[in-house]
Amino acid sequence: MHALVEPFRRSLEVLDRVGAERIFEEALASATPIQAVEGVVVPALQQMGDAWEAGAVALSQIYMGGRFCEELVEKVLPPSDPDRKHQPRSAIVVFSDYHMLGKRIVYSLMRASGFELFDYGRMDADELVQRAVADGIRVLLISVLMLPSALKVREVSTRLRAASPGIRIIVGGAPFLFDERLWVDVGADAMGRSAADAVTIVGGWMEEMP
Amino acid sequence: MTGGTMTSMQRTLTALGQREPDRVPLFLLTTHHGAKELGLSIEEYYSRAEYVIEGQLRLLEKYRADCLYGFHYASIEVEAWGGTSLFFPDGPPLCGAPVITRPEAIDGLRPPAVDGAAGLQRVLEALRGLKARVGDTVPIIGVAISPFSLPVMQMGFDRYLELIHEQPARFERLMEANIAFTVEWANAQLAAGATAICYFDPVSSTTNIPRQLYLSTGHRVAKRTLAQIKGPTATHMASGRCLGIIGDIADTGTAIVGVSGLEDMRELKAAANKRVSLLGNLNGIEMRRWSPTDAEAAVKRAIAQAGRGGGFLLADNHGEIPWCVQDEVLLAIGEAVERWGRYPLDWVDGWTDEA
Repeated sequence: MHALVEPFRRSLEVLDRVGAERIFEEALASATPIQAVEGVVVPALQQMGDAWEAGAVALSQIYMGGRFCEELVEKVLPPSDPDRKHQPRSAIVVFSDYHMLGKRIVYSLMRASGFELFDYGRMDADELVQRAVADGIRVLLISVLMLPSALKVREVSTRLRAASPGIRIIVGGAPFLFDERLWVDVGADAMGRSAADAVTIVGGWMEEMP
Repeated sequence: MTGGTMTSMQRTLTALGQREPDRVPLFLLTTHHGAKELGLSIEEYYSRAEYVIEGQLRLLEKYRADCLYGFHYASIEVEAWGGTSLFFPDGPPLCGAPVITRPEAIDGLRPPAVDGAAGLQRVLEALRGLKARVGDTVPIIGVAISPFSLPVMQMGFDRYLELIHEQPARFERLMEANIAFTVEWANAQLAAGATAICYFDPVSSTTNIPRQLYLSTGHRVAKRTLAQIKGPTATHMASGRCLGIIGDIADTGTAIVGVSGLEDMRELKAAANKRVSLLGNLNGIEMRRWSPTDAEAAVKRAIAQAGRGGGFLLADNHGEIPWCVQDEVLLAIGEAVERWGRYPLDWVDGWTDEA
């Protein structure tokens, strides 16, 4: 199955839906749906994330490719499928500002990687803290574009750690790429440099968390 | 202008001519900091042109920069299309709900008239006021969001990417309307006193779309638009990468490219090959926690990497200094330019990057 990753990724990068679908079906011929997702889709998306970070792939390719992968995976692994990764309870949000693309990309890639998570849309601090506590969220993914929004994550992380000890917070978005220390300053547990990075980090946490 | 033999305008024009002026021009693109100077909220500050005029003049003197910046906030253009802006106490206003809520709405879209848009008229009044105060001694920078990047605010980035890829005819229709608007808006600013137009086009950055797509979309749109703008332009990527397309950007007829802190200034300078000047690339996000020493080191690095031979204007890499950047840092940038930006930059030979 490993040999399919590269051609699958290339198909995504040139938006060749037919080609990508054919390769995915080839993977399904010799593997279960979750194996095909984890063996082909996830590594291809991770490679694209790495390439974006290096400036070799553009955001539009990640977004359109991720959206297509989400559709592909949805067909073989619907939300009710027991192979879907429902735990730990996770949610994603655009915090404080109104730039939704980054969250949509991460949400698509998380779902394309077999995760199920709440999509909180866009929220401010009070609403986010209340909702995350009420839902028993243990992993929170926060997306921002603007620096003032990033700085306000500090308030959310402080309040959530008091209300939900053990919660893990991962942040992502442009300000964090331009300042390597910012995610630490706002009290996050990690930052995702790309959407695929977020998938890897949350996947690692899943194995650690009871 | 401070302490040099040239006015800010002469210094800038010399640098843009790919020659060395008396010192590196400092384009410190401060906006909301004018509200701090006047003790006003950001919303109040932008409500009257005279506040912006006074704020910009105070900032020019305080930070020893070489330009005035007519930019208010990006969503002021979307207000002209019927949109709204959301104001915050500690950062730039953001665009409210999209004005294009479904792709079909593009079919009947008509560009708004600049003279009917109150927000744009305030910007024009501010430009006229600035021009009256400084004449031709200091460059006054106007701003127009590119027709290709404006849809991010008009309809949302995700829906816009889907439109580009899935509905090419509607994409073209939207570009027609946007080009007409941008040309009218840019030319109105030039007529009001702007020396040049900063053409913000972050969607064209290779951070956001691949080069091939850029050549068939944003590049084509820029060529058409810039050809109709009756003055010089600076194409700004607003922190996005452009090393792989800087020659293509030069082909659009622009004079300056605003470049990212994520890319190496030496490589950018070589790729620009004197066809365009570079504007950048201090990291505005890190700037929030810089000490004056950090600021000096960053200024030295940028000048060492891109200053020689002219063709370089020192600025931040996003096109706007964040609200939370402290005075002492901005003052230190000005002082560092005075100290290290004097041509012929002999110190560069012995400089080593300690970053």
